[in-house]
Amino acid sequence: MPVIDLRDAAVALGGRPVLRHVDLRVESGEFVALMGANGSGKSTLVRTLTGLRPLTSGSLALFDTPFERFHAWSRVGYVPQRASAASGVPASVWEVVASGRLTRRRLLRPLGRADRAAIARALEVVGLADKAREGIGDLSGGQQQRALIARALAGEPELFFLDEPTAGVDLPNQQALADALGVLKADGATIVLVAHELGPLAPLVDRSVVMRDGRVVHDGRPLADHEVHAPWVGDAGDPHCHPSARRQARRERHGLPVRSPLDRPERSR
Amino acid sequence: MDLFAYGFMQRALIAAALTGLVAPAVGTYLVQRRLALMGDGLGHVAVTGIALGLLTNSSPLWTAMLVTVTGAVLIELIRERGSVNGDVALALLFYGGLAGGVLLTGIGGQSASTLQEYLFGSILTITIADIWAVMGLTAVVLAIALGLAPQLFAVSQDVEFARVAGLRVRAYNLLIAVLAAASVTVAMRTVGLLLVSALMVVPVATAQQLTRSFRATLLGAMVLGVAASVGGLVASAVASSRAQVAPGSTIVIVALLGFAVTWPIGSWLRHRRRLTSPFDDEPLDGLGGPDGPLDAAHRTVTEPHVHRHGADCGHVAVPHGDHVDYLHDGHRHAPHEAHYDEH
Repeated sequence: MPVIDLRDAAVALGGRPVLRHVDLRVESGEFVALMGANGSGKSTLVRTLTGLRPLTSGSLALFDTPFERFHAWSRVGYVPQRASAASGVPASVWEVVASGRLTRRRLLRPLGRADRAAIARALEVVGLADKAREGIGDLSGGQQQRALIARALAGEPELFFLDEPTAGVDLPNQQALADALGVLKADGATIVLVAHELGPLAPLVDRSVVMRDGRVVHDGRPLADHEVHAPWVGDAGDPHCHPSARRQARRERHGLPVRSPLDRPERSR
Repeated sequence: MDLFAYGFMQRALIAAALTGLVAPAVGTYLVQRRLALMGDGLGHVAVTGIALGLLTNSSPLWTAMLVTVTGAVLIELIRERGSVNGDVALALLFYGGLAGGVLLTGIGGQSASTLQEYLFGSILTITIADIWAVMGLTAVVLAIALGLAPQLFAVSQDVEFARVAGLRVRAYNLLIAVLAAASVTVAMRTVGLLLVSALMVVPVATAQQLTRSFRATLLGAMVLGVAASVGGLVASAVASSRAQVAPGSTIVIVALLGFAVTWPIGSWLRHRRRLTSPFDDEPLDGLGGPDGPLDAAHRTVTEPHVHRHGADCGHVAVPHGDHVDYLHDGHRHAPHEAHYDEH
C-alpha cells in the first residue's frame, strides 16, 4: 500500500505550467530525496504533496485516501523552508514545538500528559531539550531549523515532508539533523526530503527522485550530489524527440563542446 | 479622592480597564503577524461607520462595529489573494475609511465636533448602556483570544505549517480580523479611533522587551495595557483642575512612557544574553591540538592575575565545551591547573 500516490500530476503557478506529467509513488518506510537545480520544481512538488498547491490535473492520494477526502493530518508532519522560525512576537522553543501538537489536540482542551511527553521527546530527538525555555529568535539558524523539525515531530506523524532543511545550515548542525532523521527512519517513518545537496544525509537515502524543468528525470537508486546535474541523468526520459537534441545530448556525454544553432558548422573531415 | 465618587468617573475607570485588557490581547496576534498597523487601519474604517450611524440616527457603536468588521474581512481576503501587499491593503483602508467618514458626516450635516468625540475618545461621557456593550464585547473577545490561543498562535506564527496541520487557516485569519474590529469598537470611546492602535501595539512592544515566550508577552501586555489605561485616566483627571487634558492622549503617553522605561532594560538584557551565550566548541582540526602547527589549544596567559576567576569575580563567564571561559579585556581566559589558558 503506497503512502503517497501521485499520478500524472500537473501544477500551474499563476497560469504557468510548472509540474507536468509527474508520477510519484512512495511506499511506507521509504526515505526519498527530491533533488534538482533551483527552479526545477522540487519544492513545488513537495508543496503539492502537502496540499499547499492545488493540482490542475492528475490525482493525489495519501494513505490510500483521495486527497479531497483526506483529513488525517496527524499522520503528516511538514517542515517548511524557512530562513527563520521567529515572528513579530517572542516565542519560546517549547511553544513553537508545542504548536506541532495541534494536529492531535481538540479545541479548548489543555495539554495532556501525553502531549507534554511527545513535545519533550521531540526536543530530545533534535538535541534541543536544554534550550526549550529560550526564545526561538535567539537560536542559531541551524538550531532554528532543528526546532522546526521538532515541531513536526511533536505530532508523532508517520509521513514527513521536509523542504530544504539543510539550506544555509553549517556542517555540525547538518550532522545533528541527519542524526534526528536517522532516529525517525529507524522508527519506520516515511520521509520525503527536498534537498539541493545531501551532505551528511546521503547514507540515509533509499531512493533519489531528480527533477528537471518540472518533470521527473530520474527515479531510482540514490545519487550522489555531483551526479544529479550530470547530463546523462534523465536521458532515458528525454522529452525531446528531435534527433538533433539526441545528438547534442550524446555530444555532452562524450565531453564534446556543446553546439548551439549559431555556431559555425563543423567542416566534415 | 472624592473625584472617584462621581458616577461618570467610575464608569470611565471600568471602560478604561476593559479597553486596556482587550486591545493588547488582540494586538499581540497582530504584532505576531507583522500587522501592527491593522488597528489603525480599522480605526480609520470605523470613522465611516460612526458617520453612517450619525446619518441614519442609529447607535454609532453598532454601525461602527458592522463597518469595521466588513473592512477587516475585506483586508483579510485581499491579503489572502496575495495580489496586494499587506501594507498596501492597509493603506487602502486608511484613506478609504477616513474619506468616507468625512464625506458622510458632511452629507448628514453633522458638525466635526461630533466626529471628534469618536476620533479622540470621550471616556467621561460614557453611559451605563455603553458600559454594558463594552463589557459584552470584552468578554467575547477575551474568551476567543485566550481560549483559542494555541490555534491562533500557530496560524500567526507559520501559516503554511498551520495549513498542513489541518487547521482551518482562513477561518482563524478572519477570526483575528473580526476580533481586531471588535476591540477597535471597544476602544473607540476610551482612547478614540486615532489612538486605538497605540493601545494594541505599545503594551506588546513594551512586554516583549522583557519576555522570551509568547505566553508571557500576551499576559504581560494585558497587564501593562490595564496599567496604562487606568494610570492615564487618573493622570488626566488629576490634571483636569489645571488644564483641559483628553484622557485618550494621557493613556497613550503613559503607555509610551512604559516602553521608554523598559527599552533600555530590554536592550541590556539582550546584550547580556548575547555575551553569555556559549562559545562553539569546535576542535581545530590540523591547526590546534597539542601537535598542531598553531598549538592554539594551549597558550598560557601572560598578564598577571590579582584575583582568581570565579562565580563572582566580575568577569563575564561563558560556557565553552566542558569548561568556562572568562572574558578579560577582550581575551577568553580558561582556568588550567595553576594558570589560565588563552582560548
